[in-house]
Amino acid sequence: MSEETSIFGPYTHAKSSISRTMGLVMLSLLPATLFGLYQFGWPAIFLFLTTIVACVLAEAFSLRVAGKPIKPFVMDGSAILTGWLLAMTLPPWAPWWIGLIGALLAIIVAKQVFGGLGQNLFNPAMVARVALLISFPLEMTLFNQPVPMFSAQAPGFLESLAITFGSSDAIDAVSSATTLGHLKTELGRGVALPEAATTTVSIWQQLWGQTSGSLGETSALLLLLGGLFLIYKKVINWHIPVSMLGTLALLAGLFHLIDPNSYVGPMTHLLSGAAILCAFFIATDLVTSPVSIRGQILFGAGCGLLIYAIRTWAGYPEGVAFAVMLMNACTPLIDHYLKPRIYGRDRKGQPLVYSNEGTDRK
Amino acid sequence: MSTGKLFKLFKIRGGVHPDDRKQLSAGQAIEKLPMPPLLHIPLQQHIGAPAESLVRRGDEVKKGQLLARNQGAISAPVHAPTSGRIMGVGGYPAHHPSGLSVRTITLKPDGEDEWLDKLEPCDDYYQLSPEEIADRVARAGIVGMGGATFPSAVKLNLRKRYRLHTLVINGAECEPYLTCDDRLMREQAMQVVEGVKLMARALDVDHILFAIENNKPDAQASIREAAEDTDIVTVVGLPTRYPMGSEKHLVQTLVGKETPARGLTADIGVVVHNVATARAVYDAIALGRPLISRVMTVTGESIQDPKNVEVLIGTPLNNLIDYCGGFREVPERLISGGPMMGQPLPSLRVPAVKGSNGLLALSDKANKTTTEMPCIRCASCVNACPCGLVPLDMANHIKAGSLDSSVKLGLLDCIACGSCAYVCPSHIPLVQYFNYAKGELASRQRTQHKQNETKRLAEARTERMEKIKRAKREAMAKRKKEMEEKKRKKADKAAVAGAES
Ligand code: SF4
Ligand code: SF4
Repeated sequence: MSEETSIFGPYTHAKSSISRTMGLVMLSLLPATLFGLYQFGWPAIFLFLTTIVACVLAEAFSLRVAGKPIKPFVMDGSAILTGWLLAMTLPPWAPWWIGLIGALLAIIVAKQVFGGLGQNLFNPAMVARVALLISFPLEMTLFNQPVPMFSAQAPGFLESLAITFGSSDAIDAVSSATTLGHLKTELGRGVALPEAATTTVSIWQQLWGQTSGSLGETSALLLLLGGLFLIYKKVINWHIPVSMLGTLALLAGLFHLIDPNSYVGPMTHLLSGAAILCAFFIATDLVTSPVSIRGQILFGAGCGLLIYAIRTWAGYPEGVAFAVMLMNACTPLIDHYLKPRIYGRDRKGQPLVYSNEGTDRK
Repeated sequence: MSTGKLFKLFKIRGGVHPDDRKQLSAGQAIEKLPMPPLLHIPLQQHIGAPAESLVRRGDEVKKGQLLARNQGAISAPVHAPTSGRIMGVGGYPAHHPSGLSVRTITLKPDGEDEWLDKLEPCDDYYQLSPEEIADRVARAGIVGMGGATFPSAVKLNLRKRYRLHTLVINGAECEPYLTCDDRLMREQAMQVVEGVKLMARALDVDHILFAIENNKPDAQASIREAAEDTDIVTVVGLPTRYPMGSEKHLVQTLVGKETPARGLTADIGVVVHNVATARAVYDAIALGRPLISRVMTVTGESIQDPKNVEVLIGTPLNNLIDYCGGFREVPERLISGGPMMGQPLPSLRVPAVKGSNGLLALSDKANKTTTEMPCIRCASCVNACPCGLVPLDMANHIKAGSLDSSVKLGLLDCIACGSCAYVCPSHIPLVQYFNYAKGELASRQRTQHKQNETKRLAEARTERMEKIKRAKREAMAKRKKEMEEKKRKKADKAAVAGAES
């Protein structure tokens, strides 16, 4: 019998560990990621790898500076996941230094400065994305059409190296606005929506992801698949995704009904941009979302509301990162006020009282 | 018997599904352990005051003879598990993680295993009044045998203070590995059901829910069969989920009501007793036999031949291990009870007691110890907690040293079921924090109590002294006054006398 182990039970444990949780999240991201990498070709792969490697190195470096053991923390997979998620939200042909700076911001500023694993208030990937968007608006909004690997227009390996690591104007040839970006511009020019929408891709293409957009955000269907897998595996509860997407769809539907000419419909809101990715993988980030069910519902609804508001009335076509960060800031408050009801007590924490007849008298 | 198939169950929150590992011992019929060379019978095997020894070194005792009587209302007597000679009454390591020495009677069996002749079996026990049943249960030293070890008679007497309507028999046995209740229900269904009926009579309720988890279909069937000719017993199949056997959650599952915080299930009209307790009640009343043995599951990956054994109270645990073929490998850990809520054993010398339901020798495969990582706020513990607590918050407050705020978060509502720690991906020993905090609070309360008591005593003393002083002063003043009076009278007299003369 070993001495150092705990005195109290349980003496059996579920097959759970941090690395298993992170691994499951990565597994469920895999289909959409592979699709994104395939569709945007070698430059996307380079960017993806750069971001992840930079995150892991930044993590190891910070742990070393903080004097913490490196191996267990690097092995837990959280840094890889942060890099992965960040890369998913970057324009696929962005230069390597976008990935690198993003990684440093995410790991060092957003995570380790707060105290490392589990201590950060904001979602590291979203902090990085917002900071990048503000600092490098040009690079962060330059999207390109899908040019699937092995297709005729796809850049070759060397050309791709030049796109990611050197200076190549190849992107200008294939640059294209995202659906939301396009609609926003057209609306700004006074074009009515039904007209503007004729030039965007079909719903089916949005569903599959055959459209321009961030590296891993385009395929709503594959992301949805991964998200459902996470719920099935009980890594996340269904409450945040459902309340977030529900709120977004509800608002979009409502305004679209009122004025179809200037408000984008719910399908486009749900399927384009980072909505699905956010609902299942970003808003549900374990560390930065509330822990109680009621808290999660409120959090999800808040995200949905803010995303809609930012997309519709603010200057950016996409509002996911801002929305999530704003809600992250509310998480401690939500957790403080929305606790589960304790067994045998009412919501105020007073013991339940039953009258003599045995009926509730709460 | 009414059918339990259509019985409506209510949902409880949280819970986990640990690998139940019952197949290791579920197929083994109960065997009687051969007489051990020595028995160590602790005087305290129950919640409440320890029993008071009635025997001395050298006494010869018969099987079933009273060895120690209960002290106070919440206590239980202890009887001789076999005939033999008392070797001494003194300190012996307790069946407790601390292994501290507690007062224990050591008995050397004489091998005759001879019963006391003045047992009082009772054939027409249906004629007994509730008082008589409770009284006999008290005298037989029966305590809650599911592990709680609360004196059963006290629970049977709840009818005096509460309006009860239902007796629930807890046959959930939701802890992994344990199979002793399962075997008892399968092999001694008649005795169990008779015991249950006796308890219902003592409680004066005519509604019995016999709850058994669905992973024990054989037990359900045999209890159904044994209860066929009574219509007050309903056998209810429970979903297999831990902690289904937690008293308050079991009751909620069955009647749909939560027991008020800090209250008893009796507050909502329900009393819960365990299967093994029911058999002990039958033995005590029908056969007149006190509680001197119980069934234990000896199992775990490190045990050669896992078994269910009927052991005499006081049997040192190494006898059980030997009987089960010894260890297959050096066990990583020895546990008394189940793996979720059981406690580590300090050594195998400690005796089996009334509340021991299992002896587990776990290998490191089943018990992988992983290093503790920081909390990632994954909410697994929140989802798993059957009590609606936020374990991560409580642990954080305890770590930060603010016990009072952890109490505000519901620390005292935690039933220490371990579901939270079971699922935590960061392997944070949450229950350990909670138990530490509860212990700390209890000891603070004791200190506070002691301080108050000392203060009260000191004040009382000062007051007493004051009183004495005052009394003295008054007495003196009175004497003085009297003296003066006398003097004056004398003077008066003298004056009068002077005047007369
Ligand atoms: S299960 Fe463990 S890691 Fe997850 S929130 Fe609870 S304490 Fe934190
Ligand atoms: S041990 Fe306490 S906090 Fe943890 S799950 Fe059980 S009741 Fe909840």
